[in-house]
Amino acid sequence: MGSAALSLLPMSDSPIAGLDRTQLLVLYHSLVVTRAAEERLEVLHKQGHVTGEVYSSLGQEAGAVGAAFALDRRTDGTGDFLAPTVRAAGALFLFGGELVDFFRQYMARATGPTGGKEASVHWVDFQKGIVGPVSPLGTMLEVMAGITLSFKVRGEPRVGIVFYGDAASSTGAWHEGLNFSAVQRCPLILMVEANQWMFSTATTMNTRVQSFTDKAAGYGIGSESVDGTDIVAVYEAVSRAAKRARAGEGTQMVELSYYRRLDYVQHDPQESVDPDELAMWEGRDPISLFERRVLEEGWAEEPELEEIRGRAEEDCRLAAEQAVSEPVPYGPEAVEGIYTDTVTPHPWTRTDEPDKRATSELKT
Amino acid sequence: MNRPAPEHLKKTARGEPVTLLEAISEGLFEEMVQDDRVFLMGEDIGVYGGAFKVTRGFLDYFGDLRVIDTPIAEGGFTGAAAGAAHMGLRPVVEMQFMDFISPAYDVLTNYIATSLYRGAGPMPIVVRGPVGGGNRGGPFHSQNVEMAFFHTPGLKIVYPSTAYDAKGLMKAAIRDDNPVIFEEHKVLYRAPALREVLPEEDYVVPLGEARIVREGSDLTLVTYGAMVHKSVEAAVQLEEQDGVGVEIIDLRTLLPLDEDAIVESMKRTGRVLIVHEDTRTGGIAGEIAIRLNERAFEWLDAPILRVTAIDSPVPYAGSLEDYFLPQVEDIVTAGRYLAAY
Repeated sequence: MGSAALSLLPMSDSPIAGLDRTQLLVLYHSLVVTRAAEERLEVLHKQGHVTGEVYSSLGQEAGAVGAAFALDRRTDGTGDFLAPTVRAAGALFLFGGELVDFFRQYMARATGPTGGKEASVHWVDFQKGIVGPVSPLGTMLEVMAGITLSFKVRGEPRVGIVFYGDAASSTGAWHEGLNFSAVQRCPLILMVEANQWMFSTATTMNTRVQSFTDKAAGYGIGSESVDGTDIVAVYEAVSRAAKRARAGEGTQMVELSYYRRLDYVQHDPQESVDPDELAMWEGRDPISLFERRVLEEGWAEEPELEEIRGRAEEDCRLAAEQAVSEPVPYGPEAVEGIYTDTVTPHPWTRTDEPDKRATSELKT
Repeated sequence: MNRPAPEHLKKTARGEPVTLLEAISEGLFEEMVQDDRVFLMGEDIGVYGGAFKVTRGFLDYFGDLRVIDTPIAEGGFTGAAAGAAHMGLRPVVEMQFMDFISPAYDVLTNYIATSLYRGAGPMPIVVRGPVGGGNRGGPFHSQNVEMAFFHTPGLKIVYPSTAYDAKGLMKAAIRDDNPVIFEEHKVLYRAPALREVLPEEDYVVPLGEARIVREGSDLTLVTYGAMVHKSVEAAVQLEEQDGVGVEIIDLRTLLPLDEDAIVESMKRTGRVLIVHEDTRTGGIAGEIAIRLNERAFEWLDAPILRVTAIDSPVPYAGSLEDYFLPQVEDIVTAGRYLAAY
């Protein structure tokens, strides 16, 4: 595969889907950096550095990366907007979310974007167009409806994209946010992570529809379903949705059809999962699929991919190392930042708290 | 925008008295004129002008990008307000009746109230709407909602009792960078006795500051909203019939609570009665009593008492609702008991 002979052939400017070779390799890098970051996170968790739980997008990386790549990502506060989920970390990285911040968040570091007050991908950077979610994910439909309403009101050619697990589409917030967005023709793209599980319960216990795009009809919005393990197909579907939304055609839905290969939180035993089903989806690993295609089509050769993988792993290792070395927040900071203008008192029993910053205890 | 304001919104400019409802309308209108980031969302607020006509004429004046008629989806449009606030806008959303704020409880408490703390930035949102009983509105058009939100750090709660305060507090709430729940008592909306001539110049009533409605040396009566007016009636009776001097504090803002104003007054009087229209259990009286207990126990000459609505849904029949709500006689009875203690 990826023979020297093939790579000597003149390379088309646009091997596929309007993407040139460089862009395809960016996609590849984004996929492998996502996986490397989550694998590194799992190591940190086992070492006891992570404060809470860790969540994995194993098997879902192509959905997040392909979608984010289809949008206008900027760092000056004028680009498209992303509301990711814990299973769309790849989109977060493409939008400029820093690896080190990803680790800081999971390890509750004072240096992280929320200063240890919130976890995981739950952080914002409006300059980069990132609005991290809250745990009740249906709410993000409502919030993103408002963000994209502001684009409409100000006549800005921007779109928003909101990820949510298929379970969130059973909530009232999902319905209210989507209906509002549809009625106002907000330029919002819904990304349904149809990964066949909500926590421990199968999607068949969550909805009677065969495809979540069936729900789109109820709101009068455009929709399509796409193989979420095929990064090029995802990129093309979201490009189409973004084009429609940007052209004033209002809210769009894209269903990512794939499978959550690890449990809701990464280390749970998957007792309710059929091993054959899991094996089938392991055979459809989005990174392996893309890798194979890249090599077969001659877009790159194995050493180049290996170099990209090595770089991704090294970047994750360094970022994790940095985050581990940084302090957790000083306890009394818990009273700060509740109001813009109102001081919250410290507990009277703790007024003798020594005024020094605590540092994390590192385990080896 | 230099177009002349609609005639019905120029009463203050003409030096005419306004009702509490008109004061709120003027406050909203003036803030929208001077800050184009301010916009409105809610059910029937545009074409119809709102169930109580608070926003009558706004759609024609400001257009449908700033006065948005929404689906019946309080969670949806309140959540959308959060998104708009992220993007630098300053939404004011109307609950047609505050009883219907419950679908927005999730986004208000989980998202909006926590935004600043989560590092997601300030939330300059006002959620306003009619509250309160006495109108025979029954269980779903009469509730007071303050204590459903009082327990949520990050929110502010405002509840005016006069036209002057309503306008000044509304302007302050809109200019505030924190989310504010703004309760407007329906019985006060058009009460003729509350008509007053407001200052023509721009003014705000700062959030978090209580007001001493009348002074007195025997008893501190802490209240807010429509109960301010029943308390004044009761205080007059107590003074005339019993010679008891009642000092009335109108909280105006419930969160943050102006604790100092209450403590200072109770140190002068040694006796405290708390009156609220909201139901009894978990009402604000409990919180005020514990704070006074913590801060000024030595000054108390009598137990802190409260007069409140019954722990019940709001009933429909007039006879039932009158029994459910605190009345002037209840306040007089409690005041008399405390004064004699």
